[in-house]
Order: sequence, then structure tokens, then C-alpha cells
Amino acid sequence: MEQTQYAVAMQGITKTFGKTVANNNVSLSLRKGEILALLGENGSGKTTLMNMLSGIYFPDSGEIRIHGEPVTIRSPKEAFDLGIGMIHQHFKLVDVLTAAENIVLGLPGGIELDRKTAAARISEISGKYGFDLDPNKKIYNMAVSEKQTVEIIKVLYRGADILILDEPTAVLTPQESKKLFDVLRAMKADGKSIIIITHKLHEVLDVSDRVAILRKGEYICTIETKEATQQSLTEAMVGRSISLEIERPEVENKTEMLKVENLTCINAEGVQAVKHATFTAYGGEILGVAGVAGSGQKELCEAIAGLHHATEGSILYKTGDGFENVVGCKVEEIFKKGISLAFVPEDRLGMGLVGSLDMVDNMLIRSYKDHKGIFVDRKTPKKVCEDLIESLEIVTPGTSTPVRRLSGGNVQKVLLGREIHYNPKVLMVAYPVRGLDINSSFKIYDLLNEQKKKGVAVIFVGEDLDVLMEISDRIMVICGGEVSGIVDPRECTKEDVGLLMVKTGREKEAEA
Amino acid sequence: MKKRAEHQEPFVRMTKRASITPGKAWVIRGIALLGAIVTGALLLLILGHNPFGIYGEMVRGAFGGTMYIKETVRTAVPLLISAIGIAFAFKMKFWNIGAEGQILIGGIAASAVAIHYDAQFAAWAAESGSFLPRILMLVLMFLAAIVAGGLYGVVPAVFKSKWGTNETLFTLMLNYIALQYVKYLAYQPAWKMAGTSFPKVRMFDPIAVLPKVMGIHIGWIIALVLVVVAHFYLTRTKHGYEIAVVGESTNTARYAGINVSKVYLRTMFISGALCGLAGYLVVSGADGTLTEGTAGGVGFTAITVAWLSKMNPITMLIVAVFIAALDRGAGFQSSTGVPESCAEVLVGIILFFMLGCEFFINYKLVFRGRKEAAA
Ligand SMILES: Nc1ncnc2c1ncn2[C@@H]1O[C@H](COP(=O)(O)OP(=O)(O)O)[C@@H](O)[C@H]1O
Ligand SMILES: [Mg+2]
Repeated sequence: MEQTQYAVAMQGITKTFGKTVANNNVSLSLRKGEILALLGENGSGKTTLMNMLSGIYFPDSGEIRIHGEPVTIRSPKEAFDLGIGMIHQHFKLVDVLTAAENIVLGLPGGIELDRKTAAARISEISGKYGFDLDPNKKIYNMAVSEKQTVEIIKVLYRGADILILDEPTAVLTPQESKKLFDVLRAMKADGKSIIIITHKLHEVLDVSDRVAILRKGEYICTIETKEATQQSLTEAMVGRSISLEIERPEVENKTEMLKVENLTCINAEGVQAVKHATFTAYGGEILGVAGVAGSGQKELCEAIAGLHHATEGSILYKTGDGFENVVGCKVEEIFKKGISLAFVPEDRLGMGLVGSLDMVDNMLIRSYKDHKGIFVDRKTPKKVCEDLIESLEIVTPGTSTPVRRLSGGNVQKVLLGREIHYNPKVLMVAYPVRGLDINSSFKIYDLLNEQKKKGVAVIFVGEDLDVLMEISDRIMVICGGEVSGIVDPRECTKEDVGLLMVKTGREKEAEA
Repeated sequence: MKKRAEHQEPFVRMTKRASITPGKAWVIRGIALLGAIVTGALLLLILGHNPFGIYGEMVRGAFGGTMYIKETVRTAVPLLISAIGIAFAFKMKFWNIGAEGQILIGGIAASAVAIHYDAQFAAWAAESGSFLPRILMLVLMFLAAIVAGGLYGVVPAVFKSKWGTNETLFTLMLNYIALQYVKYLAYQPAWKMAGTSFPKVRMFDPIAVLPKVMGIHIGWIIALVLVVVAHFYLTRTKHGYEIAVVGESTNTARYAGINVSKVYLRTMFISGALCGLAGYLVVSGADGTLTEGTAGGVGFTAITVAWLSKMNPITMLIVAVFIAALDRGAGFQSSTGVPESCAEVLVGIILFFMLGCEFFINYKLVFRGRKEAAA
């Protein structure tokens, strides 16, 4: 074998999908034993490029060398044989099997493989890199981060020495991401070569050795991380300089728009997901909601939107001159009361939109009942779509393209654009920039600030504390379903918020 | 230990098409049909028959003369209407495979009206000499059929929305209940044909038989009207929109303020009612009585029709006629010497190719050394 310093060298790779050129003459190299971050806006072709390494797609042209040797990768299996393992954005695990079974699945011998040897190897791998995994836990009982761990171990178990992770931190909390990075560093120390895709610049700076940048399918450059800053990376990625400051405009005359009192909800498992939550949202402010993933944010939002049953307490909306309690009302009843609440749920294509329908039909979700008679009116929403495409710069072939075909950022613009269009009084957004690139994220922040300036009460459920600290007027921290504190981000630190995220109010009282 | 793959492109690989023009899709379907015909011809040759002769006979059996065309249309009508009914449910991702049972229940309800009242109505008609009794009779049968079929469709929907039961098994089982009930009725003195010990429901009085237009019972007109109405219902109305949303995601439907249970019940009523209507047209139009063969697998074939047509009622019209023609053509075959099983194998081959070609409409094969052209 020819000696080379590169684990992977891709030369002049081009890949087209119909008329879309996903990768145009891209070259990329990964040194042995380094962590390379692959950076680029949504739709810049990162996933496509990596899929060609892992055998999902086959390049139209170009050359791939692994450890210096030209190779052809025709299937994921051949990629494995070359020591390449990819952890995809969407996990590919069998729910009803255990972690260990999933890990050995598909190998010669399959599940029937000697369980003891398998278990021993799995714990060996876990120990070596610092994973934290119960091999006998079933996948359906696992949190997202655990599933991801299974995927990574699965790849390592097959002896991969080149690992590709596609946006692994998009589904993780900051704490979980830190843990993952420790694991990646341990792998690097062990001589593995790693490519990681992420949109979060501080993560790139934190974990990588070099950064390769793609823009609109073209390869731009590779930079040593030591020499990079958030600003320089953004510019290389976007192609022009943009400000990384998130604004927090001041608004006078804040009025109470939504009062939640003593709200308690029970989730599908019969556990109290929200416990006696009390807070007020004011028009003209952004109320950030921080908390470890799964602390009851989803249930809280859905209860406020009328999608989740509240067992106790009240949700009072401002209507005209009084307040109206909507606990016990279905969504359609809330609409009928004339309450204009907008909700951008966490699961955009599974709840906020219908992926297979086009943009016009997705606009109709909020408005189809407004038209009199038995027919739906598609003319008005079509006009709305055209306006939104123009004002929010939504990239789409047209209003009749299924929204599933759009990139993440554009999907979110369609959803948020629709919700804003109906002039809400309360706008509730859950993880609005998850999976979005910098440019789209800032567009979303701008839109939220615009609403705030119009006097809307914005509730922003987020996971990135840095962003919440910058954009919110107040931050409500929830922990285990309880409101553990409401703080002013101008007068406290990230660490203060972090502490509240893991401490309940009661513990704090006991401490005091 | 690692195996290095040799440096060459795979000989052939498949890629999903981003989109395909309708014209291209039809070309692929055409090629598939041709492929099926050639394959069938080879089979016939091996069996020692003359393929040209047999294909000729098949076409003649389906379209070769007014009588044959009428038979083909008569076969297509219930198929088309049930397929439309099924499409309502399937668009909602409610897997109603109980069309067979809903057809039978519709047929039973219509027959019940006919069996119990045809004598009285016939007497009344003879006395008054007006058309009114006949119209009343037929309308009553019609209403009985759609209400009964509809309710039979609503039952699994109730269970699904209340207790989350699986509708596939549920609707399948209901088919057998309906079929056994028909068998039971054939033994009932009130229903049985007089003067024979053979368990068979008697023929209705002509007053309970649908009138003919251009030689075929008027069901065909109803079917054509339904194609148009269903098309508009599914694509232009609020109800149709709700069906599409519920079918894609019940969560989004709840978010949109759609009452999911209500949509399930309403749509399954329509789905069942349409199948019930098909049953009515068979008993009152084609057969003039209720038999165990009233549904005769139509409820299942209709699933193929709905699926091949991608739930589009207008395409269903073409597909239903095509499948009815195959069926009639094959039936004609068996009456002219070629074994029936052979004719059925031919139908199987054609359906196999038609369903299989959907793969080539969604995917394309790329051979070694060729660039992926724009799809
Ligand atoms: N299977 C596919 N069919 C058609 N277009 C695709 C497919 N996969 C990706 N694309 C297009 O290729 C471009 C690059 O996509 P992708 O590699 O997913 O970007 P990224 O991962 O950088 O967000 C996008 O314009 C996307 O719409
Ligand atoms: Mg991607």
C-alpha cells in the first residue's frame, strides 16, 4: 500500500440530481487522525458528498482515494469494507431490538452471533472511548442521544477507522454535545479519522482540526481551525460578511397577553410532564424558555395551543378587554373564540406542515375553514404564498412543489411565514432554528424581533443558551416540568441559567 | 482483512427519479403492456397454442360486438364504483379492505327491500299504471343500500377512533360476516326461491330491477357521474382537503383544528356507502337477485384498480374498464377451449407487468459509463 497522509481524498467529485447540481467538482481531503469539520449552508451539498463516501450515492464523475488507493464505493457494505462508517441524520435502527442486537445486525452470523463475545466487544468499545450505553436496552426505550450512541458503536464495531457524522449535534442538548465531543477526541487519539457536519460554529472551533467549506455545491476552501474565527467561517460559507450579533430591540408598553396559572399536564406515559407552571407572557417581549430536553417544553406548548389536555390550572388569553380561559378547549374552539395564537411546533413536517402537500395547501391548514361554502379557496392562499416567497426569500421551484422537497431553512420559513401572516397576538415557537444554517437562523431571529416590535408576545423555546441569552427579554427556565426560575438575561450569566436547568424551584428554596 | 473494491463503476444501478413527465410515464406503461403481451405470447406458444389467435379472441371477448361490450361495461361498473369508495378511505390512509363486505351488505339491504315489498309495489303499479311505484321502489332500495353499506364502513372507523384498533384486520373480518349472512339468507323461507330445495334467493319482480339505457342498466351513468363528483370532492372541497391532511399526519390534522375522528367516520361512511351502491347495482341491475357471488371478488380487485390509478377517479375509469375487459376476455377464452387457468395466468402476467412498471416510473436504471441524464 502506498504511504499517504490522507485517509480520504476526493478529487473533482460531481453529482447531479436531475437539474440540481448538488456537488460540482468538489475536492476534499481528510488527514489520518484528524477531525475535519464540513461546513456549509443548508443545501450546499454536504450530505450528498458524504453519501458518496458511504456508498449511498455514486458520483457522476470524480475520483475517491482511501488511504491513497483509488476505490469504487458501490454500496454501504463496500464502504464498510474500506473502513468507512457514516452516522446519518436519520437513524436507521430497529426499534424492537436491543442496542446490542442492532449493533451486530447484518453482520455474518447476525443476531445469532455469540452474544457474550458481542457484549464483551461492545463494552470494550464503550470503555475505550467513554460511551455510556446499556447494551440490553431496547431502542424504543431510548432517548435520541442514546440512539446516536448505538449508531456510533455500530460503526466502530464493524471496524471503521474513518467516521462521518452528519449533523450529530442537531438532536443533542449542549451537555450531550460536549460528551459526544469528548468521545470524538478519544477516537482521534486512537488514530481514527473523523468528518463532522455541524451548523454550530462554536462547535466547529471547539472540536475540529481543520474546516472544509462548501457553498452552493462548490468547494470553497479548507482552513486550519486555529486560524479561523466565527466571523471568518461565516464569511467563507455565506460568501459575504454578515453580522453575528443578535438584536434585542427595546419595546415600550408591554401588556399581558397570556397568563398561565398553576398548569399541570400528564403525558402519554401518565407522568406529570408539566407541574404547576405559572407565568405571564407580555406583548412586545420575547420570553425565552430554557431547559434540558424533555423537561416538559413540548407538553407546555401543546397545552397552550390546545393540543394537549391540561389536568389542572388555567390558560388565560387576552381577548378584547378581558381574559378567557382556554383549558379544556379543542384547537377549533380556540380559533372560534377569535384568539389569534400562532404556534411553530418542534416537529415541523410532522405537525406544523404536511410534507407531501404543496405550499398552497399548507397555507390552507390555518385558513381553509374561513372560506364560506363546501369548497376550498386556493386563490387567496396562493397569493399569500407568492408574497411570502418574495418577502422571506423562500427558495422553492414554485408554490406547487411539495414542501418536503424544500431545504430545512425554507421549510421553517414557510411554517413561520404562515403563522405570522395571520397577525397573531401570541407567537409560540419551539426550537425554531434547529438544523438551520447561520443565514437562515438570523432571518428567523429578525422575523421574531419584528413580531415583538409589533406588540406580539413571543414565546421562544430554545436549546442554545447563547442565543436565548442574547435574544430574550426574560428567560423562563423549566426543570422536570416545573418553572425553576424566570430571570433577566441582562442581569445573569449563562451559568446561572444552567444551574436553574438542573435544579427545581423547591430544591432552591430548601437551599436558601 | 479488508477487501479493496476494484476501480470500476457498477454495471447497473438504480436511482430515484426526482420527477417524471406524465407523457414519459405513459410510454413506460405502454412498454410494460407490450412486454406483458409478448411474455404471455411466449407462454401460449410453449403450451402449444397460437398466441395471435388467442389474443384476438380475448379482444373479441371484451369488445368484439355490442353484446360483449355491454358485458364488459356491466363488469366495470361495480369495479369502478367500489374503487372510488376505496380511494376515499385509502387517501386518508385508512386501509379499508372491506369493500367486498360493504358491497354485500349494500346488496343485502337493497334485496331486503325488494324481497319484502316487490309484490305489493308491483300490484300497486299494475293498479295505478303509473311509474311512481317503480321509482319509489328503486329509490328505497338505493337508500337502503347506501345507508347499510355506509354503516358497515363506519363500524371499523368507530373502533379505530375510539380504541385505536387496526382497521385492516377489522374490515377483512367483516367481509366474511357479510358473506356468511348472504348464505344464511338463502335458506330463509321469505327469501328462498320457491319450488326448489336449493338454497338460492329468488329473483326480484321486474319492478325492483333497474331500467336500461342503451342496453345496459343505468348504473353506468351513475358511475360516470360519480367519477366527476368524486374527483371534485377529493380535490376541491374542504372535506377532500381534510381527508388529505388526515391521511398524511393525524398530528398535523389536530394542529389544524380538524376533528380526526369525525373525518374518519364521515369518510368511511362515504366509502362504505359507495361500495354498498355497487352492491345495489349488481343485485338490482346486473343480476336481479342476491347471490354469494354478488361481490365476487370485486371488492378486492377494486383495491388494485384504486392503487394502479393512484386514487385518481378519472384514471380509475380507464383502469376499471381495462381490468373488466381482461376479465371478460379471459372468460371468453375459457369458453373456447383454452383452459381457464391459462387465461387467468395471462391476466396475472398483464397485471404483474402493469404493477411492476410503477417501479420504473419511480426509479431509473443507470448503466455503466453513462451519465445520469436529467430526469
Ligand atoms: N435524492 C435527492 N434528489 C434530488 N435532489 C437532492 C437529493 N438529495 C439532495 N438533493 C439536492 O441536492 C442539494 C444538496 O443537498 P444536501 O447534500 O442534502 O445538502 P446539505 O446536506 O448540505 O444541506 C440540495 O439542493 C438538495 O435539494
Ligand atoms: Mg444535510
